[in-house]
Amino acid sequence: MPAAPPLDERAAVRRLLDRLGTGARRPDVDAGATAGFDATLDALLTRDEPLPTDLPSFPPLPAVKADDPRKDAVEAARRDQEQASVTWWLDRMATVAAPRAEKLTWFWHGHFATSNQKVRDPQNMIVQNQTFRTLGQDSFETLAHAMVVDPALTLWLDNQTNRKGIPNENLGRELMELFTLGVGHYAETDVREAARALTGWTYEDRAVTFAPTKFDDAPKTVLGTTADYDAEGLVSMLAARPESARFVASRLWFRLVSATPPSEADLDALVAAYGSGTAVRPLLRAIATTPAFRDPTTALVKQPVEWAVGLSRALGRPLGALPAADQSKALNQLKGLGQVPFDPPNVGGWPAGAPYLTASATVVRLGFAQTLLKAAPLSGPVEPPPSGSNARVEWARATLAVDGWSGRTRTALQSLAGGDPRQLLAAAAVSPEYVVSV
Amino acid sequence: MRTTVPALTRRRFLTATAVTGAAALAVVGATTVPWEDLFASAGDLDPNAGVLVVVTLYGGNDGLNTVVPASDPAYQKARPELAYRAQDVLDVGEGIGLNPAMTGLKGLWDSGESLTIVRGVGYPEPDHSHFRSMAIWQTASPTSPNGAGWLGRWLDAVSDGSAADPLRALSTETVLPPLLVGADRAGSTVAPGTLDLPRGALGRAVAGFAAPDPTDDPWRAKAAASIGHLGTLRAAVDPAIEGGTVKPAVAKTGGKGGDLGHQLDLIAGLVEARVPTRVYSASLGGFDTHADERGTQERLLGQLDAALTGFVQRLGGSDAGRQVTVLVYSEFGRRVQANASEGTDHGTASPVLLLGAGMRGGFTGQQPSLTDLYAGDLRAHVDFRDVYASLVDKVLGADPDRVVPGHPGGTFAL
Repeated sequence: MPAAPPLDERAAVRRLLDRLGTGARRPDVDAGATAGFDATLDALLTRDEPLPTDLPSFPPLPAVKADDPRKDAVEAARRDQEQASVTWWLDRMATVAAPRAEKLTWFWHGHFATSNQKVRDPQNMIVQNQTFRTLGQDSFETLAHAMVVDPALTLWLDNQTNRKGIPNENLGRELMELFTLGVGHYAETDVREAARALTGWTYEDRAVTFAPTKFDDAPKTVLGTTADYDAEGLVSMLAARPESARFVASRLWFRLVSATPPSEADLDALVAAYGSGTAVRPLLRAIATTPAFRDPTTALVKQPVEWAVGLSRALGRPLGALPAADQSKALNQLKGLGQVPFDPPNVGGWPAGAPYLTASATVVRLGFAQTLLKAAPLSGPVEPPPSGSNARVEWARATLAVDGWSGRTRTALQSLAGGDPRQLLAAAAVSPEYVVSV
Repeated sequence: MRTTVPALTRRRFLTATAVTGAAALAVVGATTVPWEDLFASAGDLDPNAGVLVVVTLYGGNDGLNTVVPASDPAYQKARPELAYRAQDVLDVGEGIGLNPAMTGLKGLWDSGESLTIVRGVGYPEPDHSHFRSMAIWQTASPTSPNGAGWLGRWLDAVSDGSAADPLRALSTETVLPPLLVGADRAGSTVAPGTLDLPRGALGRAVAGFAAPDPTDDPWRAKAAASIGHLGTLRAAVDPAIEGGTVKPAVAKTGGKGGDLGHQLDLIAGLVEARVPTRVYSASLGGFDTHADERGTQERLLGQLDAALTGFVQRLGGSDAGRQVTVLVYSEFGRRVQANASEGTDHGTASPVLLLGAGMRGGFTGQQPSLTDLYAGDLRAHVDFRDVYASLVDKVLGADPDRVVPGHPGGTFAL
């Protein structure tokens, strides 16, 4: 296949909004095309949405034994809290004016992937989520420091049981394998020694505190260096390793650009931008300014949450606008697609690419789009649907901020152009052009 | 669109598929979807090719009250309220008995073949979290259960881009279990309700997206192809429903908490139809018996027993069915000592069941000691990865090293 020409300015702006934001909206693409790629990138990197004033706050639920008569009520309350937290975050991603912090929050959630299923207190997940939002925008090292003592991550990886003399290696292992270095950059002895450095932290009442008597204060040897490592010292040492910079840069590239790794030259440029300050925004800028970022072949399958949020955003239709029953239905459909926030399959986070392109996924996606579009007012970022078959199909394209329809998709959509515009948009939302971000 | 196939044979199935496929194509005009490849791969299905059916029991099934060491005084002592007496269990020798709810499996055991009980199965440094331990069993990676599922790795290894790929591994659950998700490939779900586009113009328009377009990048081409696979899967499932006892109206209970019997009926129909599927996944949930265990577990084991017995007996009636091996596992067993709520808390090693016409039957592995414990838990003597490796080798005919690295298939005899 001959090399495809780079994306034009408008498509590159659309890609910026998809990849560094939470999905392109028609008015944003129009404004970005006028302002230009560089100005759009500047705005994405520098504009910060005010922190949420409506952050969910849930009362603690009593710990009940299996034979407690309150058990069913407590479990129902927990499910309500989980659903409320998921809906809140999805809608924040779908509605913020400055979306970069939410995109990074989503990225860090997949990176330090923690699940309600074991944490079993949605408030801890919300606290972690807010930490990603506040500390995940600048220094990776700072974020990593916060994560090793984060209440949700602590419970998730059993670090409250990691004590002097009886170490638990879960956090030590994942810290190196999944959070900072990547597989192959450490040995089993490093895992054991790192686990000792992470001892001493206890969990109670949604808080992690340091208990000096449970801390192993003898020297540890990690990656060939012997020191009196504690959690902070260990994380600083790991974050400063050259392989950590390459690892973090590669993970962001994998989620924001392509499943094909960056070239050595590109990776060097990313690492240089990240620097000793482990600076996330300069790294994002370096990613967005590589030639590969404008290469139309670096396509990504939208993860289900990215697809659903992007659709909700493009339509100006947050889940909170739906009747309660339809909100639950939409979340079940998201579950059927294999991805619900706060519920990753394991600490490695969600898979990418092919697993979301199963046959049944199209049926479920269509169901979600129909739920979202039921009685939707088609206002906000959505312009009024024009009359005329070609104009309608073109309107659907612009509404979903798709660069262009293929002949295949245009033909299929034209069969719906005379009917309810919501049906046309639902079909367009499951087209290969919308499911895959080029 | 339904296809009626009164008496199902492979030829009839292929014919039916062709009709359904052609009709679907006429609607969407996607003339380049390579149906011929599918027929070719279906026809190529080696009559000697083994088929693996994985049944996951979610929640941590209490192995000690499933395969019960009822005559061991230590068992009676550890569970004064919860233990079965020796005369209550279904004797399978060596002082062991099956749970009284497992009458069908006792019959299979007595027949001398079809049922192998692998005792004391687990992995080093057992984890007591449902979630992590299930991730460990599904990825076959105890130290870092983060990547591809074990049968997803098998899919990665054997997929060749042909039209048979979407049919290689099927789940009857609504959400694809992680064990079927590979790095590059994933299985398909055939749970009722997941294969039907809406009737009318909307469904027809979406079906039209299946047509390849010359401007598609590889991912969009895959997305388009996946929509075409709906027809393939539909065509496979329809005759299975017709040929079997599954009624779509009652089969809507698929999923973790669903009716395992209906899931296995659907699978039996697919196996008899000789679809080119080598791996199936089904599941039953609810085994987390922290309190009042006896009634709950007997009810669930009764469902499991009826579903498995009916499945194995039905499969014994056809050549295709006799190629099937069933693996039944849970993420862990439960603690030896009962708790104060007449239940048990999360434990470790537990028996794995293997069923099928090719089984030699009987026990494999030694019964874990009830007195030589590790932190109050049973010690595992068989690593589940060795069981997996043997299944990959013997049933799927694939190289275990691609699926369960470091576990050659020969160490565990089926």
